[in-house]
Amino acid sequence: MLIIVAALHTTLTAGCWIVSPPSVLMGWLMLDDVALLFLSITSLLFLISSFYAVGYLRRETEGSRPDFEDQSLFVNAPETRFIACLLFFLSTMTVVILSRHFGLFWVAMEATTLASAPLIYFHRHHRSLEATWKYLMICSVGIAMALLGNFFLVAATIPAEGESVSLVLDQLIQHNNGFQIIWLKAAFIFILVGYGTKMGLAPMHTWLPDAHSESPSVVSALLSGALLNCAFLGILRTHQLCVAAGIQRFSQDLLLGFGLFSMAVAAVFILGQRDYKRMLAYSSIEHMGILALGIGLGGEGIFGAMFHAVNHSLTKGLLFLTAGNILAVYHTKSTSDVRGILKILPLSGILWITGFLAIVGSPPFGTFLSEFTILKAAIDQQQIGVAVVYLALLSLIFIGMADIFLRTALGRQSIESDNDTVREHALMVVPPFCLAVIVLCLGIYLPSAFSRLLHDAAQILGGI
Amino acid sequence: MTSFFDAIMVLLILTNLALLGTSRLRTCIHICALQGLLLGTLPLTTTIELISFRAFLLAGGGMVMKAIVFPRLLERTLQDTHVQREVEPFIGYSISLLAGIGLLGFSLWLGSRLPLPSMITSPLVIPVSFFMMMVGLLLIVSRKKALTQVLGYLVMENGIYAFGVAISPEAPFLVEMGMLLDAFVAVFIMGILMFHINREFDHIDTDRLSVLKD
Amino acid sequence: MNAAYLHLPVALIFAPALLSVINRIKALFAGRTGPPLLQPYYDLAKLLKKGAVYSRTTTWVFRMNPIIGLSAVLVALAFIPFAGSVAVLATKGDIFILAYVLGLARFFLIIAALDAGSSFEGMGASREAQFSALTEPAFLVGLAAVSRATGGLSLSEMYGALSFQTWMSIGPIVLLVAAAFLIVLLTENARIPVDDPNTHLELTMIHEVMVLDYSGPDLAMIFYASALKLWIFGSLLVGLVLPIHGANLWLDALAAYGGMVIMAVCVGVIESCMARLRLLRIPQLLVAASSLSILAFLLLLR
Repeated sequence: MLIIVAALHTTLTAGCWIVSPPSVLMGWLMLDDVALLFLSITSLLFLISSFYAVGYLRRETEGSRPDFEDQSLFVNAPETRFIACLLFFLSTMTVVILSRHFGLFWVAMEATTLASAPLIYFHRHHRSLEATWKYLMICSVGIAMALLGNFFLVAATIPAEGESVSLVLDQLIQHNNGFQIIWLKAAFIFILVGYGTKMGLAPMHTWLPDAHSESPSVVSALLSGALLNCAFLGILRTHQLCVAAGIQRFSQDLLLGFGLFSMAVAAVFILGQRDYKRMLAYSSIEHMGILALGIGLGGEGIFGAMFHAVNHSLTKGLLFLTAGNILAVYHTKSTSDVRGILKILPLSGILWITGFLAIVGSPPFGTFLSEFTILKAAIDQQQIGVAVVYLALLSLIFIGMADIFLRTALGRQSIESDNDTVREHALMVVPPFCLAVIVLCLGIYLPSAFSRLLHDAAQILGGI
Repeated sequence: MTSFFDAIMVLLILTNLALLGTSRLRTCIHICALQGLLLGTLPLTTTIELISFRAFLLAGGGMVMKAIVFPRLLERTLQDTHVQREVEPFIGYSISLLAGIGLLGFSLWLGSRLPLPSMITSPLVIPVSFFMMMVGLLLIVSRKKALTQVLGYLVMENGIYAFGVAISPEAPFLVEMGMLLDAFVAVFIMGILMFHINREFDHIDTDRLSVLKD
Repeated sequence: MNAAYLHLPVALIFAPALLSVINRIKALFAGRTGPPLLQPYYDLAKLLKKGAVYSRTTTWVFRMNPIIGLSAVLVALAFIPFAGSVAVLATKGDIFILAYVLGLARFFLIIAALDAGSSFEGMGASREAQFSALTEPAFLVGLAAVSRATGGLSLSEMYGALSFQTWMSIGPIVLLVAAAFLIVLLTENARIPVDDPNTHLELTMIHEVMVLDYSGPDLAMIFYASALKLWIFGSLLVGLVLPIHGANLWLDALAAYGGMVIMAVCVGVIESCMARLRLLRIPQLLVAASSLSILAFLLLLR
């Protein structure tokens, strides 16, 4: 069921590459290039994750079992509910991406939160409960802020006299000189803070490490790879308005600041992190920071950010799925207890190392190209300070992650290899492997259709 | 009519202050319900010329949701979890009240800095909705119980709703309903989660949810 | 002639009657007949006939207190506008004179209570000091709000400018200030949600405990002063809620005196229906009253 729907979704998305669908519901739902890009990411990631999920659910035994950290008993949520929520999650994310109406966008965005909350609480033990509560509370509050931002947007469109405009993006952009700038600025700040919470920009990121580390790995992959992008899309849409109204300087500066700050926070927490799933979560924060930075720089940076969104989603999917494999065998998330993955899980070990190289942006991978593009944008615009800080933070993160990844992958094996449990099932390895291949391909060769799509998307957002 | 609208705004402010100063969980829920009731009348007051069917439906929907359904849900949770009836704040009630007054002053100042769009019926709307948002945040931050956090969330949501109703009488119906539905599901899930938290930990004090940290 | 010169003696004569109205209402609620309406006057006459007893530990402060307290309240009364007339001693900024004169009376009451040397009275004094510190913001900010609304700088100007038009335009704000004043009135006059005027031997009481050691004419003066104080706060409240004036001097006066009686009835009803608050809750109530005043003021500042 899961796979069928996922495959169907992907097929439809792929179809959209060939024929662009007309807008429906008075332009409330429409697929432009940016949406197509994000939709493709989500769809692909979901398809691959669903294969993994099938294998994952097969491994999860029924009944109660002891928790591996403090031995308290817990049971899983029913499988059917898990799958139902997963599918609902996919549909809400699709609506978010397709939506051109800010109100509808908000409704769908809140719905993603609600759909994903039960997913995080799949393992019914107290830590996941805590994570779910924090996730639900912080994100709901954050998104409520974004709602206020939306209403400010309405206020911005109401000129001193005359009728108001509806919140459909295209109409708003045409309306560009009727904005009341101060309201638009307030709206942007609130939406940035609101969707930024969901996207995991520091300092509103606090729910993210908890939720990502406690949810099942499939869910972590989807949260990190797809959901964060959706939230980012909300900020992008508002940014589009700012560009149309001619205040992109203002919004770019804000994005730049938040981006760099997120990277800095992530760097601090990655150094010396003791939980590898949390480390991956902080890495998500870092990459969201990079995305915001790319948009904030403008010009070529926007192209870089678009490209980086693709790369990050796929790579993070790969890493979280692999982390799931490791967790399944080692039964611990502590970085100091995991040693010698390469020996115990040879295939997963290779994927782990590959993912590491990809996520820090080493040359053969797509992430290198996109991070480099953003760096180039910074230097092109004479923002040497930004470039230097960016590089310094990237290298700090490289050091922090290299320490963890290499220590866990290499070294003497820390658990007895027992052939019965340590069998790498095809469904555990093939999905992340696909992702790794795609990221590698994107680094080596950019298909022309894809590159055109990226350029078009960047153009919509005011880049080149 | 404007005076009537202002009166509702002042009453809204008073309910917020009452929320900050109340020590009983159940009373808090009731105040929240009252707030929902007041908010429900807002769509009727903004469209004075013709009370359209839509405004009526919106008012009715909002009122039923915010004044009956949410409080019922929360009361059910309160009963099921058998928690203590005290709010248990981190910040004392009097200080909370004073903080509330401070926030009110701040939001009035903030409201005076932003230009008024022509649609708005009363200049009080913007400060009041700011104020309700901030009170909601204050409740979330300064109270221990998960239940009061949900209440805080509701108050925030209410503030935004007030702003939305006042500013865009012709916002699409679908969106408004979607927002209400979202809020409903959010409260519902939070209620379930609270139930689970209570079963797992035997309390709903969020300050003791502190296993996950760096 | 200024009508205030007539209102002043009326106040002096009828202030204790307000107390008997309150007592009557309470008796009615309790199903008793209650004391006769002239009971406060009988009490006063009885006390005046007796001699005073002073403890050996007390000093002149203790003896001065009833005189200072009564004269301060008398001075304060002369600043109070009644039924829309200009008060006898009206000047610009007399809000502050009023507040400080009442503060002077309270100061002497407190140090006299300390002077008595009993720990019981000291406790009452400390409570009185705490609660009055909390009521003063409510009172002053409320008056400031009224001043802001009417543009008047003296009490008489402010209350003269109030009318039903004010209710129409800024009704909610007037209501807020009135609510704050009601709480101030109840607190300042040791009425029930805050203090119980009928008990003399409870650990939670405030005002009565401070005057335990007085007897004879001294006690009569204190008793009379507190009746006048009720009149002062009552007329401020009534002037705010029922701003009827301008039509006819007699009609105005009738409305104002009627308002005073209604006020006394309301206080009686409140006393009958509520229990005294726990001592820890009282500051909360007073902060709430201050909040109401500040809220009204902020709303007017916009």
